[in-house]
Amino acid sequence: MKIAICVKQVPDSWAEKKMVNGRLDRESVDAVLNDLDEYAIEEALRIVEPLNEGKESPEHTITLISMGPERTTEAIRKGLSMGADGGVLVSDPALAGSDAVATAKVLSKVIQDGGFDLVFCGTESTDARMSVIPAMLAESLGWAQLTFAGSVKVDAGAKSVEIARMTESGVETMSAAFPCIVSVIEKINEPRYPSFKGIMAAKKKPIETKALADIGVSSGEVGTTGAWSEVLEAQPRPPRDKGVKLEDSGDGGTKLADYLLEKRLV
Amino acid sequence: MANILFLVDHDGSKVAKTPGELATFAKRAGSAIGVILANNGAGDALAAQLSGTEIDRLIVVENDEISKHGIAAAVSALAQVVAKEKPEAILVASSARGKEIAGRLALRIAGGVITDATDFRSDLSTTQSVFGGSFTVNAKVKVGTPVISIRPSSIEAGVASAAASIEKLEVSIEAKDKTVTISNSQPPVKGGRPDLTEAKIVISGGRGTNGNFAEVEAMADLIGAAVGASRAATDAGWYPHTHQVGQTGKTVSPQLYIACGISGAIQHRAGMQTSKTIVAINKDPEAPIFDLADFGVVGDLFAVLPQAREALKAKRA
Repeated sequence: MKIAICVKQVPDSWAEKKMVNGRLDRESVDAVLNDLDEYAIEEALRIVEPLNEGKESPEHTITLISMGPERTTEAIRKGLSMGADGGVLVSDPALAGSDAVATAKVLSKVIQDGGFDLVFCGTESTDARMSVIPAMLAESLGWAQLTFAGSVKVDAGAKSVEIARMTESGVETMSAAFPCIVSVIEKINEPRYPSFKGIMAAKKKPIETKALADIGVSSGEVGTTGAWSEVLEAQPRPPRDKGVKLEDSGDGGTKLADYLLEKRLV
Repeated sequence: MANILFLVDHDGSKVAKTPGELATFAKRAGSAIGVILANNGAGDALAAQLSGTEIDRLIVVENDEISKHGIAAAVSALAQVVAKEKPEAILVASSARGKEIAGRLALRIAGGVITDATDFRSDLSTTQSVFGGSFTVNAKVKVGTPVISIRPSSIEAGVASAAASIEKLEVSIEAKDKTVTISNSQPPVKGGRPDLTEAKIVISGGRGTNGNFAEVEAMADLIGAAVGASRAATDAGWYPHTHQVGQTGKTVSPQLYIACGISGAIQHRAGMQTSKTIVAINKDPEAPIFDLADFGVVGDLFAVLPQAREALKAKRA
């Protein structure tokens, strides 16, 4: 079984983000592996580890796939230190400013070329937050879409997957035969911290870097020129007006109630 | 006149609050054409619930395979309606399902996709608030038919007296869109409280609750609020993950947001800072949540909330 995991390097979700010329300023903030991708890595590890137990060379492998500037290898390295086997990074100056359509196109191409059975993803990146890439990968690859999984059962022998899809519309049990795109929600597991041994081992694991030409995608299909949507204008939100802050000296609750009533908020 | 198509969100028997809102946005650019994807025999009852909205026409597609095979089957059905109607734009409500349908449909009909718009104008451009509400972006699709997901409660739904015309459309779902089979479907467990993303008032608890949400819930029930939680609270298992407000949870923008025992790290602020009025209760006078708050009380939520509740009850009586 060959599993791919789509990962993204994003600005640290605990840092303030800024926009420059209608695009996210990625230079001024720390870049980290998207939090939500760690759940996908953890889930895939929990699936392959018992199957590989005691085997000399692992029969079931996990490959991390990403698209982004060269420093994205740092995020991939983090996933490798958790236990994934290798990585593929598509990096090309022409990719800057790519929209979801172009991203899906590039990732699909790498997935197609890699001969994978399953692809795992987080539900969204914490920067763009569109939550559409897993569904778009299923669409462009023609694979089964098993997304927003709160639990995943993989039957490697029967080559099938069953998930519990958990969203605001409730819980659905759904299943499909390989190949499948699976996205996992953050309550599915508790991602491990990389061990010292894992960090050392990750340094020797292969990360293959490819340019657009290597995967047969033309530069006109991606980046700002290839985007199917455009930002017309971006404005920082005006700061909020300074509010009232009072110390509770025994009547804080009453004063709060007065405020809510006076402003007709309740 | 331009036709704007939109998907009517429903749970099988009851339509959501969003179709009226999407119709009002659609009317800005042309006629509002609602599409209902339903099981066999369920379409009329759903359509009947949409009277009084600004919908001009309703297209009812009844096919049991749509609810059985998930997102791909819904996209297949919707793409067939699009091929017939040739709309200028397609709108869906922003939800997990709505956004996934938008993304796949965009690829299928070769149009650009925009998600989580809070405004939609007659020139088909949109407004979104990004990076947790720290920036406002105007955007437009420049290739193909735009597919746009719009956040619930972004507009007050307009009212119309003329009833929409209703027509039925047959679709067939291809084998490639039936690779997923849904064997069981459970509706969300609903308390009596409003939905987090649709509520006019949200009250959230964080680390300061120490796992005890009783006061937060009691206040929620008194003022008709939805209950939210910070990531610290959901990670600790104090409140269900589905109630998490923040960068990695839900984004809410209610008329009133009350943060109780929440410090206000960017992780949380990103999910609530576009709320109209923000009230904060926190023991720590230095908590960053106070920078956002229109009204802040430095104090213990277990003292402030019950007193506020009693005061509200007394004033109402």
